[in-house]
Amino acid sequence: MVMRGWRRRWLGTAGFYALAVLFMLPTVFVFYWMVTLSIKPQVEATAYPPSFVRFSVTTAGYREVFTKYPFLLYTWNSLVVAVGCTGLGLAVGLPAAYSIARWRQRRLALAILVARIIPGISYLIPWYIFFRNLRMVDTYGALILTHLIVGLPIIIWVMIGFFEDVPADLEDAALIDGCSYFGTFWRVALPLVKPGVMATAILSFVFSWNNFLFSVILAGRQTRTLPIAVFNMISYEEINWGTLAAAATLITLPVLVLALLVQRHIVSGLTFGAGSGGSTVGAAPVSGRVSGGRRGRAGSSATCSTRSTSPWCSTRTRSGP
Amino acid sequence: MTPRQDVAATVTSAHHVERNGRLGGWAHRHARWLFPAPAIFLVVAIIAYPIAYTVWMSLQEWYASSLTAPKFIGLANYEKIAVGDPRFREAVVRTVYFTVLVLIGETVLGVAMALLFNREFWGRGLLRTLAILPMVATPTAIGLVFVMMYHPTLGVANYLLTVIGLSPFKWTYSSQTALYALALVDVWQWTPLIMLIALAGLASLPREPYEAAHIDGASTLRAFWHITLPLLRPAIVVAILFRAIDALKTFDIIYIITQGGPANATETINILLFNQAFSYFNMGYASSMAVALFTVVMGVSLILIKVRRTTAW
Repeated sequence: MVMRGWRRRWLGTAGFYALAVLFMLPTVFVFYWMVTLSIKPQVEATAYPPSFVRFSVTTAGYREVFTKYPFLLYTWNSLVVAVGCTGLGLAVGLPAAYSIARWRQRRLALAILVARIIPGISYLIPWYIFFRNLRMVDTYGALILTHLIVGLPIIIWVMIGFFEDVPADLEDAALIDGCSYFGTFWRVALPLVKPGVMATAILSFVFSWNNFLFSVILAGRQTRTLPIAVFNMISYEEINWGTLAAAATLITLPVLVLALLVQRHIVSGLTFGAGSGGSTVGAAPVSGRVSGGRRGRAGSSATCSTRSTSPWCSTRTRSGP
Repeated sequence: MTPRQDVAATVTSAHHVERNGRLGGWAHRHARWLFPAPAIFLVVAIIAYPIAYTVWMSLQEWYASSLTAPKFIGLANYEKIAVGDPRFREAVVRTVYFTVLVLIGETVLGVAMALLFNREFWGRGLLRTLAILPMVATPTAIGLVFVMMYHPTLGVANYLLTVIGLSPFKWTYSSQTALYALALVDVWQWTPLIMLIALAGLASLPREPYEAAHIDGASTLRAFWHITLPLLRPAIVVAILFRAIDALKTFDIIYIITQGGPANATETINILLFNQAFSYFNMGYASSMAVALFTVVMGVSLILIKVRRTTAW
């Protein structure tokens, strides 16, 4: 009997891991395939049947990416636009997020949410016409401004959550001591949410770096960003798969690494707080420094706190047990 | 001096520390509007104004490639998309079909995976990390890899099919299967999101109902059906609606892999309107489609906000 129970448990565990591997295999395989194609010689990259583990390794694909295309220029363009968009977004978004959290400006929060919901293409037509008239197509300015449409709402929405976690008592104390609201924001709230600012900056950078729709129309010869450059390669390269895969790997690898640094905030960044919560994905954003005053947020999938501005929160806020 | 007066005195004197000067005082009093002012200005400039302009543009006939000025034609563009353009109607059907397809796939798979992974096991952290990757990877890179994998003669997808004994497909190279192949990419990319949201929902479920059900002799299956699913529903509904909003707007993957082809088989509203605007420069007509798409997406979003607010949990 004892043997049988042990065996059943062992079989259950083995079955679970088999299922787990089966489910996660497609996720891993696509990235594995991208990387292996990028280091295979041309003959083996397009060989049929394809080789999965035994193949020779070459850097020809990567070398070709840098020699045949101005890949460094495209990288520079992507960097300038993503950093510009993130910097401007933080400068404008942080005070706004603070104000929304502090004075519970729900309507403003909703208005910004709308920007996330509206199809990007409905902005693109007017933007294209404006920038064409201003002769600003193919400038960094045009790209940074349009990428803000994606970046700013994310910055504001993720930061609202962080600012809501700053204990109100701390701010009130600063105010009573004669600090102005700006001083409270700058010297009390902002230092406490520093980890959040880092996470948001990375998120905004990633979304700008990945952006395809705005750049494909508004970037020209001078400012072409990486996703557009690589997209253009598809039509030119036809079947030189090593080079294509190398380019794909190069543009997406930095993003994947950055995303892993902020993985706890990705889901809340993608769903504007609606999907985060519990101890699983939207884990405690502000580190232990203010743990004494941390409120709400953790626990329920609703992530509603007493100070919450989120439209995801029901008006009947769930009270703690 | 009573304590109350004491506090009052501190507050008044404090005003002189940092909020002195007329400008400083004014700024302090109006802080709640000064803080978000730059953001409000930006949102109006980069979001509200373009939307208004699109609506205005949708009432005009104008080719951006020509030198003639826009001509006001009232609602004629809308009449055309409502009754006069079979291609738009097909695109609408295709968009809805694609959205429903990916939503079903992602919800079923995502919830199943969440139920499977909702336990303590070795590699839980690794699983979360892996799940994040498809969501943040650059769409261009994903599209490119799938273009290569879907290649009818050299692609690995067909090889894997033949290995498990199926006959090869043409994937995105045939108008019969292209939309399904694209839906598969979307499912690959976004199932983890539903899984993570459902996992978060599962983690927040109370334990008492299960104990009660166990004592009452309910089977695991019945407990799942009568406790887990109803409690999990709000989280799943929100996740689905969120995906619906984004699936209706899917552009990057479709444009990168098929550009609407072959033979318009994957031409969704987004792709059709993009081509109208930036291949034919038919700005007025494209704008009216943009307004139509915008209306649909906003409708779904309003449902989302309403559902989220009215569900009690």
